[in-house]
Formats: sequence, C-alpha cells, structure tokens
Amino acid sequence: MEYILLIVGAVLVNNILLSQFLGICPFLGVSSKVETALGMSGAVTFVIAIATLATYLLQTYILDPLGIGYMQTIAFILVIAALVQMVEIVLKKISPSLYQALGIFLPLITTNCAVLGIAILTIQKKYTLVSGVVFSVASAIGFGLAMVLFAGIREDLELNNVPKQLKGVPIALITAGILAMAFMGFSGVVKV
Amino acid sequence: MNFQNLTKGIFKENPTFVLMLGMCPTLATTTSAINGIGMGAATLAVLIMSNLAISLIAQYIPAKVRIPSYIVVIAAFVSMIDLLMQAYVPDLHATLGIFIPLIVVNCIVLGRAEAFASTNGALASALDGFSIGLGFTLSLGTIGAIRELLGSGAIFGQTLIETDGILIFVLAPGAFLVLGYLMVLFNMLKKKLA
Repeated sequence: MEYILLIVGAVLVNNILLSQFLGICPFLGVSSKVETALGMSGAVTFVIAIATLATYLLQTYILDPLGIGYMQTIAFILVIAALVQMVEIVLKKISPSLYQALGIFLPLITTNCAVLGIAILTIQKKYTLVSGVVFSVASAIGFGLAMVLFAGIREDLELNNVPKQLKGVPIALITAGILAMAFMGFSGVVKV
Repeated sequence: MNFQNLTKGIFKENPTFVLMLGMCPTLATTTSAINGIGMGAATLAVLIMSNLAISLIAQYIPAKVRIPSYIVVIAAFVSMIDLLMQAYVPDLHATLGIFIPLIVVNCIVLGRAEAFASTNGALASALDGFSIGLGFTLSLGTIGAIRELLGSGAIFGQTLIETDGILIFVLAPGAFLVLGYLMVLFNMLKKKLA
C-alpha cells in the first residue's frame, strides 16, 4: 500500500515536469513528436533508475561514513556522467536495436536535471533503498506521461492556425501551463 | 567592444528569452521577485567563477575529456555557493532548495564554458559570465515580480494592492503562462526595435 501511494504521488500529484519543473529542457526540446517523446522517456526512465540506485549506495556507504556529505553534488554528477556513458557502451553491445532507438537521447541525459534532481531528492526525503528506487521509477514514469501527453497536443497544434507571435516556444509554454492546471486536479489525492 | 560584452546578456543574448537556456530554475524558483533574484544571483556567481577558471585551464585540458572536466569545475563552484548560502542566507537557501545544487546541470553555465570561456581570455570570460548572469538575474526577477504581483498583489513582499490575488500565478501553471506571454512580449519588442 505504501508503495502504491508513493507511485500515485510521484506520477500524478507531484509530477516531476509539471509541478516540480525538473527536466524542462527535453520537455520543450524533443516533444514535437510522440515517437521521439517515447524514446526519450524510455532512456530517461532507464538512466534515472540506475542512477538513483548508484547514488544512493554512494551516499550511504561512502559519503556518509566518511562525513563528506558536502561532496554530494560533485560526486553525484560524476557518477551520472560515467553511468550515462557506460549505459551507452553496454547498450550498444547487448541490444543494438534499443541503442539505435535511444541513440541520440542518451548523451543528452547527463545534463537532464531530472536525473540529478531525483537522485538528490531521494537522499533528502530519506527513503529506504527500495522505496527510493520505486520513487525514482515512478517519477520517471510521470516524466514520460507528461512528455507523451504534451507531444500529442503539440502534434495537433502543428495543424492549427497559431498567431504568428505565439508560434514555437511561447505556445508550447502556454499549452504546458494548461496541462499543469489539469494535473493540479490530482492534488490532494495522496497526502505527500 | 567591452561595453557591448557587458550588456549583451541583458537583451541581445538574454539567456531566458533568446537563448532559452536554464528553463528549470526559471520556472521553478520565480514564485516571488526575491526568490527569482536570489536564484539569478547564485547562478551569476557560479557563472563568473566557472568562466574565469575554465578560461585559465582550457588550454591544458585534452579535447576529449573537455565536457566532464568542465562539469567538475562547475560542480566545485556550485558546492561552494551552496555552502555559503546555507551559512549566510539560510531562508533563501531553504526556499530554493534542490535548485541550488542543480545549477550544475544548468545549460547556461556549461554552455558559456563551452561556447565562450574555452576560447577567450580570462577577463573577457569573466565579463561574459557577469553579463549573461546579469541577464538571467533580471529575467528571473521580472518573472518573479510579475507572478508575485498577480498572485498576491505584492512585490518584494511589499503589498501594493489589497487583494487575495490570483492564486494560480504562484502555483506551477502560472510559471508556464507568465513565461509564455512574456516571451511573446519580448519577441514583439525585439521586432519593433529591429
């Protein structure tokens, strides 16, 4: 039950994109097609899950015992950068088709603030290892959900007559605002 | 020349409205004017120092490990700012929360390191950092002030209009809406001036 609440909370109530504002760059950048949005969210989910696991172990078994918690930011970003590179190499070897599908999105993920953000949030919220991983995967699913919904809207928007001044990013932001309002309807469903 | 370097970040290469970088803190921390300016100032400080440091060491770094090295340099400065803010402005530090460590992955900082500091001299790079950082601070301050005014009828905590305010503007959707419409205004203004 605890995990179900955690998942609903992370996917819908505290949606990482629309209420926490983490990972806005890919949200605005690569969300003009549903297909690419799906690819990006797949890659992000994958990296977020592994990164949270790795940074959690790093924090509990290395940084905390040594009393060097202030190294958190530097250590985490290095781990994430290395991890993204490793995932890229491993994926290329064992699943070339998946690598092809995710290809261009992988290197971009290092600078996706959702990854570092969720890693730090997991530590700050003092989750256990299992609930930390559940939280990170659920947040990533929330990211994917918002990405795909938004991409669908933007695909339709292409066919509409948008005023010249609003074309491009402005209309995307306003659409995102309305989508965020829709997600606000979930607030209060789960107490977080 | 130098003067142009100093002012380009405010209008011509404004990081928020023209380059459209660093959107996460722009949307998340602008619930009030003071929060926006605080976030901008923290980024400004990191930008100046990282640009300066990177312009000095860029020639010794092999091109292949360039990006990871820059990230480590930036992360070191971000940690310093994080600790300094925790010590001297604990309230602001608590409000901005996770977005202080996240300056590391702010595309503006890495972007300037790669695009400017790696090929320019120390003084020019520091000035570039200052200029871009100032533009970022001003944009965040403006967005913050507008959201605060619409949301609670106050600016910098000073009540201007006695009202309950339109709550939505301090909440998440308001951030998207205000930034979207400000961008339209900015584009119209730019067109008129051009």
